[in-house]
Amino acid sequence: AMDTDLSSQDRKDLDKFIKFFALKTVQVIVQARLGEKICTRSSSSPTGSDWFNLAIKDIPEVTHEAKKALAGQLPAVGRSMCVEISLKTSEGDSMELEIWCLEMNEKCDKEIKVSYTVYNRLSLLLKSLLAITRVTPAYRLSRKQGHEYVILYRIYFGEVQLSGLGEGFQTVRVGTVGTPVGTITLSCAYRINLAFMSTRQFERTPPIMGIIIDHFVDRPYPSSSPMHPCNYRAGEDNGAVYPSVEDSQEVCTTSFSTSPPSQCVFTVTKAHFQTPPPVVTDTLKVPVMGLAFSHQLSSSRLSYQPAALGVGSADMGYPVLFAGGLNAAHPHQLIGPGKEGGVPPIPSQPAHGTQADQERMCTPLDGVHYSAATPSSSEDTETVSNSSEGKCGSPHDLLETIFVRKVGAFVNKPINQVTMANLDIPFAMFAPKNVELEDNDPMVNPPDSPETESPLQGSLHSEGSSGSSTGNTHDDFVMIDFKPAFSKDDILPMDLGTFYREFQNPPQLSSLSIDIGAQSMAEDLDSLPEKLAVHEKNVKEFDAFVETLQ
Amino acid sequence: PLSTRCCGPPGAAPAMNCRAEVLEVSVEGRQVEEAMLAVLHTVLLHRSTGKFHYKKEGTYSIGTVGTQDVDCDFIDFAYVRVSSEELDRALRKAVGEFKDALRGSGSDGMGQISLEFYQKKKSRWPFSDECIPWELWTIKVNVVNLANEQERQICREKVGEKLCEKIINIVEVMNRHEYLPKMPTQSEVDNVFDTSLKDVQPYLYKISYQITDSLGTSVTTTMRRLIKDTLAL
Repeated sequence: AMDTDLSSQDRKDLDKFIKFFALKTVQVIVQARLGEKICTRSSSSPTGSDWFNLAIKDIPEVTHEAKKALAGQLPAVGRSMCVEISLKTSEGDSMELEIWCLEMNEKCDKEIKVSYTVYNRLSLLLKSLLAITRVTPAYRLSRKQGHEYVILYRIYFGEVQLSGLGEGFQTVRVGTVGTPVGTITLSCAYRINLAFMSTRQFERTPPIMGIIIDHFVDRPYPSSSPMHPCNYRAGEDNGAVYPSVEDSQEVCTTSFSTSPPSQCVFTVTKAHFQTPPPVVTDTLKVPVMGLAFSHQLSSSRLSYQPAALGVGSADMGYPVLFAGGLNAAHPHQLIGPGKEGGVPPIPSQPAHGTQADQERMCTPLDGVHYSAATPSSSEDTETVSNSSEGKCGSPHDLLETIFVRKVGAFVNKPINQVTMANLDIPFAMFAPKNVELEDNDPMVNPPDSPETESPLQGSLHSEGSSGSSTGNTHDDFVMIDFKPAFSKDDILPMDLGTFYREFQNPPQLSSLSIDIGAQSMAEDLDSLPEKLAVHEKNVKEFDAFVETLQ
Repeated sequence: PLSTRCCGPPGAAPAMNCRAEVLEVSVEGRQVEEAMLAVLHTVLLHRSTGKFHYKKEGTYSIGTVGTQDVDCDFIDFAYVRVSSEELDRALRKAVGEFKDALRGSGSDGMGQISLEFYQKKKSRWPFSDECIPWELWTIKVNVVNLANEQERQICREKVGEKLCEKIINIVEVMNRHEYLPKMPTQSEVDNVFDTSLKDVQPYLYKISYQITDSLGTSVTTTMRRLIKDTLAL
């Protein structure tokens, strides 16, 4: 009976708003946990595809996951959309950090104008979400992810599960928007006890298939855990991989009327876009190494099995996104369910949350190939209802190698066994081979006197002479055998040794000097009576000034 | 309702229907700018829309607002601001002047900066337009001096946490969905919004500040230029 008060057009609009609001909410949250600074441009002319008048890019895979979790439903009473953010260490331990909940309650606001007020308030709520996602503890953690841990996300629909957040979790409300069919609320429950690293309060789950995988094995394999990594290299995707919106790109063209509010004209046109959905690359500062799943996660993927997924049964996810690690030795491999056996197809329950591993932010020293992550492999065997999703092309076609490096440090070996030859640095050929890094490191064992044989000697010193005399003037040690990256003299005219010496002995900061501080305060105190006198004398001027402002 | 002429001295009591929010922070001198920018940008993020494009029949469309992350150098904190260089410049200028005034002689490190949103109401000649504030944000600042690096490091973290709380407070206020000026017709848009920027459209606002001198009395140090500019008289 309540719904009949809402015109059918309004109802349709409202449903659409809520749906896209949910999708944008997920994008904002996941993008805020990518570990990168987000930057989108303002545009004075509406493009027609910027929902809620905000430039929020759509990472196709995130939209895909969100739509899968929603499975055509909208948040309603008792059916909330949740985005779970968790952290996973390189040892495979994981911990839930936050649950973002988009809920609907029964409190209806019948009077509110859907196409105008609700829309604008949803826009405001998204702005609040942008702000709040930067102030919970997980933000700082996600900015530092990469080496020791990664941040994963999981979307599920149904009942909110907060038990994984530990005791004493806190809640922050992002905001609410009343609508004629209920009040939308957006909030975040976040763990405050982050001491898990030391106390290991969480459990490591057993490997699913009984395979023991070495962390750093350079070998792709299927992920059975449905967690997704937060940072993506989704730029290489095109529309063929994921339709960004079901069936076609829905264009949000908003027109507002300023004549009496009741005449608001809101047009939403459904256009069939052949162009690819907005890609993330140009705005997200995705690291050069691109992403994808680093091998270091491989083992954790296999071993991780969420204890409680909240809904549904065995949520054996499938790797939605990733490409197996690649390096010169291994050809591109994509992992897909069924390809490595044992991974069951996805149950078609809408509440099923999918998870895939998170990929780390790679640094050059990770030294593995990364290729554009594509979900294509999983798409092929996906059995989730959503047959409207297009079939994608061969995964291999869509792969792009973002970065090619030799297997680098910290892969396959514990750190101290890295040899100089494995470091992808300039002049690596000059570095002694097969020597323990530590022993060879002049920072640890400074040479007693500079050697003159090294061809680099001259280039490292600004004088450019090949003589060794300049080396003798340095107090400490001279970097000779250690060829740090980027130390070519055409880029840095100053050599590393000089720089190191200089920064070791910085000049004393003047603000730290107590004398000056005390002095200026004394001066201030002394000058006060004079200043007061001056101000009193100028009272008339001040008054005149104030007059001119009236 | 009582309305205050916005040409009055800054810091005058807002009109009766003007919402006023006060935030307080204690920061180190070098953190003043970033902390102020974080708060002001967060408020303006919520109080800016895309550019309006009026079409026939009184309808209008709205441009798109982009956003970007800003990392602070002196505070363990990051915030989101609207992607508009013009707006950022305007805020930085105001905050820079505030910081200089705080550091200047006669100040014991206490002051406040205010961000006021107002609407213009046209009056008939010979009366000049009235400015009616509808929301006033005041940030009270207390500058502390620290003795050593260890204290500075703690301050970085503590101020970062405090700012997180402030952002949450701001969002709470925004979420109340209280009074906002009615969406204006084309002829009225400049009475509600600042349409001078090329990429975004904040509500009309002005920034002013006060420094408390050592004797505890307020000495208003608002730059005339600031006032004139924002009033565009």
